[in-house]
Amino acid sequence: MTTPLLITRRMTDHPGDSQTIVRYESTGGYAQGKRALGLTRDELVEEIKTSGLLGRGGAAFPAGLKWSFLAPERPAYLVVNADESEPGTFKDRQLLERDPHQIIEGMIITSIANEVHHAFVYIRGEYAKPARRVQTAVDEAYAKGYLGGGIFGSDYDLEVTVHLGGGAYICGEETALINSLEGKRGEPRLKPPYFPAAKGLYMMPTIVNNVETISNLPHILALGGGEYSKVSDSADTGTFMTSLSGHVNRPGNYELAHGITWRELIYEIGGGIPDDKQLKAWIPGGASAPWFIPEKHLDLEISKDATAAAGSMLGSGAVIVMDEDTCMVRAAERLVRFFAHESCGQCTPCREGTTWLEMILRRIEEGQGRAIDLDLLVDVSDGISIGLAWPPKMTTICPLGPSAVSPIMALRDYFRDEVDSHVVNGGCPLKSGGATPQTPRSPGDETASEDGRSSDPASPDPDRMPGESE
Amino acid sequence: MSSWSESTQERATEIIARYPEKRSAVMPLLYLAMAEEGHLTDAGMEEVARWCEITPAQVRAVASFYTMFKRERTGRYLVSCCTSITCMLLGGDEVLHAVEDESGVPHGETDDEGMLSVEHVECIGACGGAPAVQVNYELIEGVSPTQARELVRWLKRARPEVVNSDEMQELFGARRSFDWGISEEHGAIGPYPAFQPLGTVGSEVSE
Ligand SMILES: Cc1cc2nc3c(=O)[nH]c(=O)nc-3n(C[C@H](O)[C@H](O)[C@H](O)COP(=O)(O)O)c2cc1C
Ligand code: SF4
Ligand code: FES
Repeated sequence: MTTPLLITRRMTDHPGDSQTIVRYESTGGYAQGKRALGLTRDELVEEIKTSGLLGRGGAAFPAGLKWSFLAPERPAYLVVNADESEPGTFKDRQLLERDPHQIIEGMIITSIANEVHHAFVYIRGEYAKPARRVQTAVDEAYAKGYLGGGIFGSDYDLEVTVHLGGGAYICGEETALINSLEGKRGEPRLKPPYFPAAKGLYMMPTIVNNVETISNLPHILALGGGEYSKVSDSADTGTFMTSLSGHVNRPGNYELAHGITWRELIYEIGGGIPDDKQLKAWIPGGASAPWFIPEKHLDLEISKDATAAAGSMLGSGAVIVMDEDTCMVRAAERLVRFFAHESCGQCTPCREGTTWLEMILRRIEEGQGRAIDLDLLVDVSDGISIGLAWPPKMTTICPLGPSAVSPIMALRDYFRDEVDSHVVNGGCPLKSGGATPQTPRSPGDETASEDGRSSDPASPDPDRMPGESE
Repeated sequence: MSSWSESTQERATEIIARYPEKRSAVMPLLYLAMAEEGHLTDAGMEEVARWCEITPAQVRAVASFYTMFKRERTGRYLVSCCTSITCMLLGGDEVLHAVEDESGVPHGETDDEGMLSVEHVECIGACGGAPAVQVNYELIEGVSPTQARELVRWLKRARPEVVNSDEMQELFGARRSFDWGISEEHGAIGPYPAFQPLGTVGSEVSE
């Protein structure tokens, strides 16, 4: 199990200054950006298609295919999605802080391939330091003539704007991100018709790619698409970043080749569970992903297909590990709280459903649960995501709502007894306890949205607990 | 006639020039408006509306959508404790309670002197170093409840002009998500992220 480091190579070899343009150029940086100017769109698209690179933002969409779909109208735009806010995920932060020029070179390549002359980096607002690092790098690149008018002495112009978000997870969804960048509320748009490739930023063709996806591009050009596709033995090509966190001895970001197993990741790379406790469950691909348990999933390969066949996804690459003492109800509550808080409020099933789920889970955790509550949770979930299937059958504009159902699927399928014992016990049978901090909802508060619609998230009546007859 | 200072107006002009359409500058200008007054006021939002050539209602609709645009008076130090999944697993709730207890400020509130605001937040991308806390969006990882209490006492006593992630990490943190050394010379001076092109919202720590 040897891992060829690509996108974390420079920061690993040169920890002190990998973010500077001097170090970047002295380690081969910007050579591929320059070279791209001499290649045709077809050649570039073909190279990326051959590489097999999949998007790393969550949906695992083939990057080359995305480029080839771009509608012919111009101007076209590129937006690098650095809104990273999915609980458990911190890989993009490392790439932003430690190797920002790699992202800029990736943007140059993408822009040339798609005839883009204005590109954006949308960075979540809480990432002050990463944003400073990227802006510094952008300034350096402008000063050198690698960005701006006539890049690398050619007649190709490329402007880059660094944009800071305002603290809303939903803006990571690509159409919400576009709305936000247009100076509007970050509400997702309906697809169709608002596919970014056709009607994106300012209604023009737009490519949205994740930070990690973009970071791979200089390496694909340097290696050649064919060579890149052979970096891993698995059907999934190249390397991927995983953010490992929770109950493991060595949490952190790891750049790995696809094809290792979960056992290897958690026990070898992650160093196992602290205090030699037992593994209870883990979330394989960020807060949205259905959970895995050791009895069934430990020896599965970490790849897109194997994970999908087992009913989950690699998503944002975040792996959250939970030991034997973890209360599954509490963990589920915490995840559902996130989605309830971050729901933009446009779709009733998501806005109302996630709030109900959060309330029911909290009352179970606090000892007020009833025997019917698990069925009730499943019932409410069914209203958000029909049949609780994975991938979900969508009733909503975007996948945020259905994502909130993943923890409920875990309770239903693997931890029914634990939910029941909460009810019978009148509280949590495990060690963890204490009151849960409740979050006031952020998106859509008392202010009417601009079309005059009240966006107050009609919250459920606290006097009428869910499940009571009306 | 703008109510903004000369330098803020220059910033605003510069920021708007970075976008193909004026309206896209709403968010950075809202940060600028917060920097002028410490939080977002109606007057500040109206000013943003004028610059972006949209209505104040449209600006308010945007401002209310995002958690980081504070429309209420916010303390000089905004302490944000993560209680999302990984931080919760590793004691983030206890860290929040320690901060609330030591400061006497419940989450979602600000103390009377306008010194400290406390909030709990969803994942701030520091799960590898959980539990994580931010002060004015400057990150500290691997914070124990005891260290959280010390942090609060330090903020109240030392009243640093500029808060700096590396300094606070050294004093009050432990394990980080990733650690490649190198020091960061920038810090934050307000309840908004210190992001250099906006100039007024960040500052260099003087040695
Ligand atoms: C609710 C939601 C949040 C998302 N958040 C992010 C994010 O923070 N970063 C990201 O790159 N993609 C995020 N995505 C995925 C984007 O919509 C989009 O698929 C991705 O940025 C495309 O880039 P890629 O093809 O390089 O993966 C999110 C999607 C949804 C539905
Ligand atoms: S599913 Fe939820 S977050 Fe997505 S558009 Fe609908 S209400 Fe908004
Ligand atoms: S869960 Fe706290 S930083 Fe991610």
